[in-house]
Amino acid sequence: MNTPTTLASLAKTIRSKNAGTDKITFDIIFRERETYDLVRRSGALTRETVCKVLNIDAARLTDFVEYDPGLAIKFTILRPRPSGSAGDGDIFGAQQYAPFLDLEVDLSAA
Amino acid sequence: MSSMKVISPNGHLGFAPLKNGSFQIGVAAGPDIIAADSGSDDIGPGPLGADTCASPRAWQEHDLELMLLAARENNVPMIIGSAGDTGSNSRVDMYVQIIRDLASKHKLAPFRLGWFYSEVDPERVRASIRNGAPVTGLDARAELTEEELDATDRIVAMAGVHPYLKLLEEGCDVIIGGRSSDSAVFAAPALHRGYPEAQAYYLGKVLECASFCAEPYGAKETVLGEVTPDWVDVTAMAPEQRCTIASVAGHAMYERSNPFHEFVAGGMLDMTDCHYDQIAEKTTRVTGMKFVPAQEIRVKLEGSGKIGERFVGMAGIRDPYTIANVDAVIEWARQQTRERFGEHGWELHYNVFGRNGVMGDMEPLKDKPGHELCVVVQGVAPTVEMAEEVAMTGTRQLFYARLPDVKGTAGGVSFILDEVMQASPAYRWTLNHTMAVRDPLELFPTHSEIVTTGAAA
Repeated sequence: MNTPTTLASLAKTIRSKNAGTDKITFDIIFRERETYDLVRRSGALTRETVCKVLNIDAARLTDFVEYDPGLAIKFTILRPRPSGSAGDGDIFGAQQYAPFLDLEVDLSAA
Repeated sequence: MSSMKVISPNGHLGFAPLKNGSFQIGVAAGPDIIAADSGSDDIGPGPLGADTCASPRAWQEHDLELMLLAARENNVPMIIGSAGDTGSNSRVDMYVQIIRDLASKHKLAPFRLGWFYSEVDPERVRASIRNGAPVTGLDARAELTEEELDATDRIVAMAGVHPYLKLLEEGCDVIIGGRSSDSAVFAAPALHRGYPEAQAYYLGKVLECASFCAEPYGAKETVLGEVTPDWVDVTAMAPEQRCTIASVAGHAMYERSNPFHEFVAGGMLDMTDCHYDQIAEKTTRVTGMKFVPAQEIRVKLEGSGKIGERFVGMAGIRDPYTIANVDAVIEWARQQTRERFGEHGWELHYNVFGRNGVMGDMEPLKDKPGHELCVVVQGVAPTVEMAEEVAMTGTRQLFYARLPDVKGTAGGVSFILDEVMQASPAYRWTLNHTMAVRDPLELFPTHSEIVTTGAAA
């Protein structure tokens, strides 16, 4: 297989949510171990690609974890301002995951 | 040692009503404890700062009534943490009164009601700073300064298990807590009955959001946790839900930056070596959790400070040329506000929906706006009158923006309302810090009383 596919077609869950008042955490969760391993090996989701997708400095990415018990890739970023400050467009941080739906994953690289 | 069963019907009591079907199935399973946390910092800094609830009182009463009746009928403790969304003193008093009123309404036999407060006097925090015990920032925040403390309207400390244990030891049947770690309302009764810290805190961790640890997704359904000295079982009560290895392991990462470590006042739950087994269709068993006691007890502090009064306006844009130049339109409106009010002492915030209103600078598609935009304008200023005028200037001047090549010269935006609307005042989270305490009960004074309603005991 060498056609890039999207993360949305591979993952069971792609979500974002506040982790406290100053951070937003993202969970990319897979159904099967095999898919989880393939995506991990593909290089599509790394500290670097996450920062590129969200247009943020590396210093704002505080955690990047491969969580085997949950078959999940999980990363966390610092908000520019605390949640609920005037002008915050997403007080719960619940709609920040959308750009990862279309992230291209090249499984031939895995 | 036998097991202890706890049911959790709601991950944030009051924010949306619990589902009574699965709650009653949980009650029929014979729990030893009925517990839920009622707080969250997800709701933003407004409710803590203004000392209000984010949840409607009717929904809070709905859940408290169902839980109280079930707990008293079965003579098991009911434990509620973080009363009224924020756990401030007034919210604790409000929940305590709701419990008294419900006892009268249902003529309940006498029971002992305990409660504790979580608000912290800013002078206590100032003393810590001045005495060389820094109030440490969480999540990359700097140490707390006195200036930031002075900008704070209200502070709550996040209780661990300690005040709950004290009230359980006093024989309380119903406990209303101030601001608390989500896990404390579940871990405390397990510790009270002698279960090890690792299993007790894991029980709390897995039950804190009720059915968020079950699948398929469905909030506000009851789950049952069973703790022994060796393992924790978690079972979905809703007929359509199951607690699976994936759903239970997955919950450990929900709303947390790290799925392996959970910090509470007094230590850290280590889930790195947790092992998950599906032991029945709806039940997953968890083993291998550890608890690492802290050298020093540091209590988390949440603080909120007022920025100002706030009004909100909205404007639509359909002209493609105006859409392409929306930043210039906004700058025009800002400039008119500067000319009226000067450079400082007010704020205007613009969310441009249809371009990047949700994600701001992180939006990858911000250069590809839609064919129509909605601009939401927030004006913030010290007084209601000024905030209204700031928001009105920031909204109405969008209409008059002077773009050089615009064809439409009769008005640059559309309005669905030619007015601005008063919103809640603007607050910000000023404290997300920890402070050392010698006595874990110091910040959490406890009280209790016998609730008698004149009914036969």
